[in-house]
Amino acid sequence: MSIDTGERSDPPARAESRQWTARMRNAAESAFPPDQLLPDRQPAYMASWIYVFGVLTVVSLAWVIITGCILAIMGPSWWHVSTAGHFVNSLHLWSVEAFFFFMVIHLWGKFFMAAWRGNRRLTWVTGVISFLVSVGAAFTGYLSQQNFDSQWISTQAKDGINATGAGAVWNVLNFGQMLMWHIVLLPIGVVLIAGLHVLMVRRHGIVPPFAVGDKDSASETAPAVAVPAEEPA
Amino acid sequence: MFLGALLGALINLNGSGRYIHWGFIQISVANFVVIVLMVVVFVLAILLPFPKRKRGGQ
Amino acid sequence: MSPDTKKRRRFNPDRDVTPWKGAYVPYDILKEAFVAFLAVAVLIVLLAVVFSSPDEPAITLKSWSVVNPVDFAQTAITELDGTSATASYGPPYNSTPDSSQHIGFFEPEQWFGVHQPIDTAQDFVIGPLRTLPNQAVTQAALTLYQSASPGQQTAWTTAYEKAVANATDVNGRLHVPAGRYGPVGAIIGSLTDMAQTGGLDGTLLSEGQFYNTNYTKPLLFLADGTYLADQAQAQHLTGSQWGMMNETGNYPGQAWLWLYTMWYQVAPMNSSSNGDLEVWAIMMVLSVGLIFLPFIPILRSIPRWTRVYKLIWRRHYRELAGT
Repeated sequence: MSIDTGERSDPPARAESRQWTARMRNAAESAFPPDQLLPDRQPAYMASWIYVFGVLTVVSLAWVIITGCILAIMGPSWWHVSTAGHFVNSLHLWSVEAFFFFMVIHLWGKFFMAAWRGNRRLTWVTGVISFLVSVGAAFTGYLSQQNFDSQWISTQAKDGINATGAGAVWNVLNFGQMLMWHIVLLPIGVVLIAGLHVLMVRRHGIVPPFAVGDKDSASETAPAVAVPAEEPA
Repeated sequence: MFLGALLGALINLNGSGRYIHWGFIQISVANFVVIVLMVVVFVLAILLPFPKRKRGGQ
Repeated sequence: MSPDTKKRRRFNPDRDVTPWKGAYVPYDILKEAFVAFLAVAVLIVLLAVVFSSPDEPAITLKSWSVVNPVDFAQTAITELDGTSATASYGPPYNSTPDSSQHIGFFEPEQWFGVHQPIDTAQDFVIGPLRTLPNQAVTQAALTLYQSASPGQQTAWTTAYEKAVANATDVNGRLHVPAGRYGPVGAIIGSLTDMAQTGGLDGTLLSEGQFYNTNYTKPLLFLADGTYLADQAQAQHLTGSQWGMMNETGNYPGQAWLWLYTMWYQVAPMNSSSNGDLEVWAIMMVLSVGLIFLPFIPILRSIPRWTRVYKLIWRRHYRELAGT
C-alpha cells in the first residue's frame, strides 16, 4: 500500500490563460524573469563605488524598520524610562540619519549618470517620490518623540500645514494620529514605493554610460531612432 | 532621563549647540559636518578605484 | 509594440541610450546586500554607543507656570479675552475673519474650514476652572464674569491686561497690581494656581474623557506663551535661526530640510503674513520639478554638460579607447 508523503509526482497543469491567476503569473514572469529579478551578473561598466549607495540606502531602511519594530514592542514611552530603550532609540535615530545620508548620495550619483535615460524615467520618478515620502515619515517620527523637540516641531509645523488646508484633517498636534501615520501608513508607503523603485531597476537594468560622442542629438554612434532599454539577456 | 542619556554616550552632544553664521546662513556644526562628509564620501565614491572582476559572467 | 508601429523620433542623448552589447561580469547582489546590512549595523551601533540620542524633557503647563507665572498669566488673559494667537488664528481652530493665508484667490486654509474647533475662553480658562470642586470664590468669579455684558467683560479684561503687564513673581506666586478688573483677577489667579498644581495639564488633555492621545489644547496654550519659544530660541530651533534643520544640543538634525527652511530667510517670505503658504508653494513646484526632471529640457542635460559621468565610467571609456 503506497503512503502519501505529500510530494507532487506530476507537475501542475497549466491553467487557462483567461484566469486572473494565470494572467498575473504570466505577466509577472514576463516582466521579471527569475534571472533578471535576481541576476548574478551585471554590465561591465558597473565598476564604481557610487553604485553601492542604492543598496546602502535599502539596508539602512531595513534597520530603521527593525529598530522601529523593537521600539513598537515596548511602546512609545519606553525610551524615556529605560536605558535599553534609549539605546534602541539611538539606533533608530542614527539609522534614519544613515538612510538619508546614503539616499542623497545615491540621488547625486544617479543625477550625474542621468539614470533616467533609456525608458528609466519611472525609476527616477519612484526614487524621488520615495525620498519625499521618507521626509514625511521622518517628520511624523520627530512628532512622536513625546519630548520638548516634538512639542516645538508640532507647534511650528502646524502653521505650514494649516496654511495648505491639510491641517483641518491632518493634525500634527494630535500625537495619536501622528504616531499611527508614523508606524503604519507612512512605512507602508515608503516600502511600497521603494519596492516599486527596486523592481524598476531590475526590470530595466542599470543605465549604460553616455555613448562616446554624445555631444548632441546627431551622434555618429547613435541610431536615428530611439530604442527602448535592453535588459541583460 | 537626562542622566540616562548622558551615561549612554561616550561623547555628550547635549548642552548648548555650536553654530556657524555665514552671511544669512546659520548652520549647526553638526549639520555642517554631516553635509561636508556627504560631499567627501560622494567624491571618494567616484574617485576610488573599484575592484576588477573577471569577464564572462554567464 | 513592433518597431514598425513604434513612433520614430530623433535620438536624444539626455533621454535615450544605445543598448549595451558589451561584456557582463559576475555580481553577487545578495552577498552585496548582506555585507551592506552588516556594515550599516556596525555603523549605527557605533554611532549610538558614541553619541546616543537627545531627549530634552517636555515642558508642561505646570513647569511653565511655576518657572514663569507672569508669562503664564499674561498668556491666560489673552486666551480669556480672545486676543491670543490661537484665539485669532482662524481655520482650522475658529472662524476669525481675514486670518487665513492666501496667494491671490488661493486660500485653502479658509476653504477647508474649521475642523479642530477651539474656543480659547471656554476651553482654556472657564471650562477647566469649572471642573474644580469646593472653590466657591473661583466659581462665584466665573459666574459673575459669564453673566456680565460683553462690554463689561471687555472692560475687565482690558484693565487686567494693563495690570498684568507689570505683574511680578514673588517666590513663585503671581502678584498682579491692583486694578478695576473685577472677577478677572480671581479667575486668572485661580487658573495659575491650577496650572502650578499640574491640574490644568490633565484637564486640558483629557477633555473629560479617560483616554486621550490628542494634545492639541495643551500644546496650543503652551505655544501662545513666550516660555516655549524662549526655550526653543536657546536651542537654536526658531524659524529665523534655520531651526527646521536643527536638533537640540549638538546633534545633527534634519539637514535634508535645508531648502525648505532657506526660503523662510529670504524676502518676501521672511516678513509675509502668507509666508507659510508661499514657501509651501515654492517647495511644491521644486519637488514636482525634481520628480519630472527627466522630462525637463536643459535641466536633464546638466549631467552630460558637467561630465562627472566621465569620472564614474572612466574604466569603461578607457577600455573602449583601447579596443
